[in-house]
Amino acid sequence: MHRVATNARHLLTGLALGVLAFPAQAAWTLNMTQGVTSTAQEAYDLHMLVFWICTIVGIGVFGSMIYAIVVFRKSKGAVPATFSHNTNAEIIWTVIPTLILFYLGYVTAPALIRIDDTRNSEMTLKITGYQWKWQYEYVGQDYSFFSTLAASSNAARQLGSDIAPASVENYLRDVDKPLVVPVGVKIRYLLTANDVLHAWWVPAFSVKRDAIPGYVNEGWFKVDKAGVYRGQCAELCGKDHGFMPIVVRAVPRAEFDAWLAAQKSPSPAVAVASAAVAAN
Amino acid sequence: MSTQNHDQVHDHPGHSHEEHHGPAKGLTRWLFTTNHKDIGTLYLLFALVMLFVGGAMAMVIRLELFQPGLQFVNPDFYNQMTTMHALIMIFGMIMPAFVGFANWMIPLMIGAPDMALPRLNNWSFWILPFAVGILLSTLFMDGGGPAGGWTLYPPLSLQAGNGFPFTIFAIHLLGMSSILGSINIIVTIMNMRAPGMSLLKMPLFVWTWLITAYLLIAAMPVLAGGVTMLLTDQFFGTTFFQAAGGGDPVLFQHIFWFFGHPEVYIIILPAFGIVSQIIPTFSRKPLFGYAAMVYATASIGFLSFIVWAHHMFTVGMPLAGEMFFMLSTMLIAIPTAVKVFNWTATMWRGSLTFETPMLFALAFLFLFTIGGFSGLMLAIAPADFQYHDTYFVVAHFHYVLVPGALFGAIAGAYFWLPKWTGHRYDEPLGKIHFWLSAISVNVTFFPQHFLGLAGMPRRIPDYATQFADWNMVSSIGAFGFGLSQVLFAFIVFKTIRGGAKATAEVWDQAEGLEWTVPSPAPYHTFDEAPVVK
Repeated sequence: MHRVATNARHLLTGLALGVLAFPAQAAWTLNMTQGVTSTAQEAYDLHMLVFWICTIVGIGVFGSMIYAIVVFRKSKGAVPATFSHNTNAEIIWTVIPTLILFYLGYVTAPALIRIDDTRNSEMTLKITGYQWKWQYEYVGQDYSFFSTLAASSNAARQLGSDIAPASVENYLRDVDKPLVVPVGVKIRYLLTANDVLHAWWVPAFSVKRDAIPGYVNEGWFKVDKAGVYRGQCAELCGKDHGFMPIVVRAVPRAEFDAWLAAQKSPSPAVAVASAAVAAN
Repeated sequence: MSTQNHDQVHDHPGHSHEEHHGPAKGLTRWLFTTNHKDIGTLYLLFALVMLFVGGAMAMVIRLELFQPGLQFVNPDFYNQMTTMHALIMIFGMIMPAFVGFANWMIPLMIGAPDMALPRLNNWSFWILPFAVGILLSTLFMDGGGPAGGWTLYPPLSLQAGNGFPFTIFAIHLLGMSSILGSINIIVTIMNMRAPGMSLLKMPLFVWTWLITAYLLIAAMPVLAGGVTMLLTDQFFGTTFFQAAGGGDPVLFQHIFWFFGHPEVYIIILPAFGIVSQIIPTFSRKPLFGYAAMVYATASIGFLSFIVWAHHMFTVGMPLAGEMFFMLSTMLIAIPTAVKVFNWTATMWRGSLTFETPMLFALAFLFLFTIGGFSGLMLAIAPADFQYHDTYFVVAHFHYVLVPGALFGAIAGAYFWLPKWTGHRYDEPLGKIHFWLSAISVNVTFFPQHFLGLAGMPRRIPDYATQFADWNMVSSIGAFGFGLSQVLFAFIVFKTIRGGAKATAEVWDQAEGLEWTVPSPAPYHTFDEAPVVK
């Protein structure tokens, strides 16, 4: 019986090594994104802080468990002690976690306050969730549009389709018309839904907020770096919940202004120009 | 209290030892039984069947997620599978399993002849198959089974087919069964303890169940109220949860999680109790910090009622609310840590052997702790905005529910099978079952942490190709875990049919009244209450 256990342990070690060897490939992502907003960076930093605290505590706890398992074996002739409590030890291991938690609360609370602070925003974006698409409205600009799953992904995702997902660029992470936002601008978003609950989530921004019919939730983000950022609905909203992605193109302020002006103008020449900007 | 009861037992004319008869024959034995052991067996076997029903649904889920693209099921059926998997596993499998343990073991552990309310006991079991039958039947109705997630959030849960009222009715029945079972457990523990068994001498399993039963009585009616409001919204024109009629969809979430968070501890506390029986036995040393364990369990029970909205950080609560629920949630780490430290200290300078129950208890200790760590991470609200509703959460709660609660139940099954059947289970097979389970459970759920952190939401039938690799690993693990449990069922039935004779004590130096009666435990035990020193 002991041999089975030993073999299993070898298998476990092999598996652990295998897992450690994989991160070289990009798709074997292991960790949270650091993102492109201060909120995302804060979320990442707190995530890593708690992770390391857990790791250190884990080394202590698992270490003593493993020590006990290895050393205090009957097969090694261990004779059981009879103690059943130790007040000092119990006080210490109640106080230490309490102190750690106080520390965590102390560093986390300010972050939560900053995330909640939507003052001094420069523009407002209204996002509405529908089954199964997003509507974006630039408040005060009299411009809004719908954003739905890209046709290429939509064709490939049908049950029994012969299109391999790997052959579709940004499979399930692409839309017909992305949201465009300016870089370096504090954007306040208002979030609601028209039918059922949805949640607007872009990991790179660390924005995840529920869109609720009858509610207008608000929050903010400020993108620090131009680029295309992808996310998707994060609250179960029915059969096509998995198929309402979010794509945000963050561009420099001037480019954004030009794009918005072009969208609002019915002139075909400007529309062509805007298409050129969009393709850029 | 208990002394008084002791006298009553003797006064009662029908209770002398010679007049007892064995179990009735055939099917009526099981239909009409009021015997705590028979009812315990029914609960446990029912849970075992449900493990495979809910497990089959998990297999459908992992099969569809094996690779990107939709290969096997349509998204709506997929949502039915995730919803039903949760409802069956929670209400049909793990809760009945622990009620089964309670039925079998609480009277034996406190020296009572049976449960206090035997007919109620029969009824609380026999509600279950009908409730689960009704729930499962919705899969075959027009519009299919519930597909809005086990959390039943409106308005989505109201976009349901003909099965909707049946789902609500089934939940009412399941809740009723749990409440009746809990009343029985509380009355039994409060009134039927053997002379000398004061509350603080009760085995920890009895304590954890006592607190669990109170949690159930407090939490289940809240769920019943919530789902009834869903029902009236759907059929009787109320608008409790419909914004268009002045209602509030978020109200349901508060109601649900006011039930839902205590429910989490309802599921895990009995497993704490089982592990607290097993670790001292195989360490040949008394449980470390018994009183602290009792107080920690009670604190967890209390805290479970004031942390519910940590499931709702993204719902848009006011800052003060988020702060309160974040900090109160962190507090749970303290009693939980105390428990883990005490189990470790129990092993410290013990004399350890590693029979299958101990192996599962140790896996519980390691892997539940991992689930505890990810729970602490989830409590950090600013980081939770990234974790919420992703596979990180799926990994977290499966770590506390599968290698946590389920391993606790499996450990308990191996621990007490010899007492129940009179036979020792096949130890080599048990160990193989352990290693297969322990490895495959990690291959299944550990990569889900990575998937969640990389940005994969939960409850989606198809995913972007960047998530393909870990999903395949997770699915392979899941198939392995599913198959391993077939071995468990085989071992259980093999033990029921025969095997080496078990002694009364079963385990070397096992402590507790249940080890003073013969194995298998006679149909009637403790007609005369034992005296506890």
